[in-house]
Amino acid sequence: MKKQDEKIANREAWIGVGLVIFNFIWWFAFAYGLGKKEPNQYTYILGFPAWFFYSCILGFMVMAVLVTVIVKKYFVAIPFDEEMEEE
Amino acid sequence: MNWESLIPLIAILIIIFGAGIWAGGYLKSSTNFAQDYFLGGRSLGGFVLAMTMTATYGSASSFIGGPGTAYNEGLGWVLLAMSQVATGYFVLMILGKKFAVVTRKYKALTMVDFLKARYQSKWVVIFSALSIIIFLFSAMAAQWIGGARLIESLIGIDYTSALFIFAVAVLIYVTVGGFRAVALTDAIQGSIMFGGTLILLIAVIIAGGGVPALIAELTAENPNLITPYGSEGQLTPTYVSSFWILVGVGVVALPQIAVRAMSYKNARSMHRAIIIGTVVVGFIMLNMHLIGVFARPILPGIEVGDKVMPLIALEVMPNWLAGIVLAAPMAAIMSTVDSLLLLVSSTIVKDVYLNYVKPDASQQTIKRLSIGITALLGVIIFLMALNPPDLIIWLNLFAFGGLEAAFIWPIVLGLYWQKGNKYGALASMVTGVGLYIISDLFFPQPFGLHSVVMPVVISFFVYVVVSLLTQKQTARMRVL
Repeated sequence: MKKQDEKIANREAWIGVGLVIFNFIWWFAFAYGLGKKEPNQYTYILGFPAWFFYSCILGFMVMAVLVTVIVKKYFVAIPFDEEMEEE
Repeated sequence: MNWESLIPLIAILIIIFGAGIWAGGYLKSSTNFAQDYFLGGRSLGGFVLAMTMTATYGSASSFIGGPGTAYNEGLGWVLLAMSQVATGYFVLMILGKKFAVVTRKYKALTMVDFLKARYQSKWVVIFSALSIIIFLFSAMAAQWIGGARLIESLIGIDYTSALFIFAVAVLIYVTVGGFRAVALTDAIQGSIMFGGTLILLIAVIIAGGGVPALIAELTAENPNLITPYGSEGQLTPTYVSSFWILVGVGVVALPQIAVRAMSYKNARSMHRAIIIGTVVVGFIMLNMHLIGVFARPILPGIEVGDKVMPLIALEVMPNWLAGIVLAAPMAAIMSTVDSLLLLVSSTIVKDVYLNYVKPDASQQTIKRLSIGITALLGVIIFLMALNPPDLIIWLNLFAFGGLEAAFIWPIVLGLYWQKGNKYGALASMVTGVGLYIISDLFFPQPFGLHSVVMPVVISFFVYVVVSLLTQKQTARMRVL
């Protein structure tokens, strides 16, 4: 692989790791932060318990938007076939 | 017999067949049979790639119970299932461009090809091929049983006939079409799952009188159902979080997923697949499991988890629509089966036969052998599913975890860490699988974690330490 392409591939893999850590923290913090109360203390959003709404529904939407933006803005298209070059 | 729901279901299966046969026609004109049959000629576009990934992830999760478990555990199980959103972007980003470039350079058609070229070791290849054949074969047998049960309950015929119908359907389009047929049918099936779960969720919410009413009824029955902790409070945060490894990031190491990560056309299709995949996986997981939870107040007292989806669909929707929507779980099972079938047969033909038995086989021989082995495997599985031995059921339960424990580091570190070598890879695979089996048998939940977590962590250190200790032996052969 060309040095430059290698850099791109490595950077994008690290972005994947970063995203998954962010996703996990969001998911965990809302679920168990808001969900550990007694059920009769729960607040509700659109009929769902708040922990569920923030963690699962909003969390999913946030990830979908974040992934779209990151891929569109920061991912670089590189060629996959390299017959032409000698290493 | 319920014709009103059966006709739309059959119609959809015929469309799927049509796609498989159309893709098979393409195969006839092929000049490189193995690459086209097992990898679709590395030509998948973004949408098809995302959908075939999704259909395959969907089935990776079906073994943890899906909607039926959500029915019993409540919102806590939906929370657990949402760990799979990560697979939508993580797999393609991690394997990503590096895997695409490297597998092309190695001319690898399977995950084992990649491991073989990377580590240059016969033992790595043999151990990998064996793990794939054993674990996936048993995973597949269990899926056949599930598929037959679904047909059985839907048409009302006996189990053996249902199994026969299912087997014929699967075998025809896998043998004629190969990977491209599977990927294409996955795309149709993924779309059905996407639309089907949405329609069904809406119908369930309407039937239940809206979300607040449904939640209130769940609370009245058992307040635990609306907490993240499961119906008995047994879903601890540690346990649920460890599913991020089993059905989230660990999925990178499943051979049926990895092979898809080498099948796409170019970087643009990969980018599109990441976006579409994330949206579709999250959407299907959220909807499918919420349906399970909401089915509880509407139809209480369902005992067999697998029946939740069909029963609730027939309850809240007109029969014909239920038929269309039920094509979704049917589709999920079929797509698992055909991709696994193809994978096991490619392991046998490509990784074992072509590597060690007859490396100079002609295109014609490879072709006949590939189709023959695929069909033969189908027949063996059919016979096993007729009267499933206990061992198969037991193996299936941890097939996915076992594959993840075996392959995650040899793949990921093999790609990104140049110092990784065959000794590290082999040690890590043996440790991963061994520890996983021991842990699963004797310490089901060490430290409250799922039994896949410790083997994955420990095999990482084994890979690194053993590779570093054996640098001298492999210093002369740097492949990457």
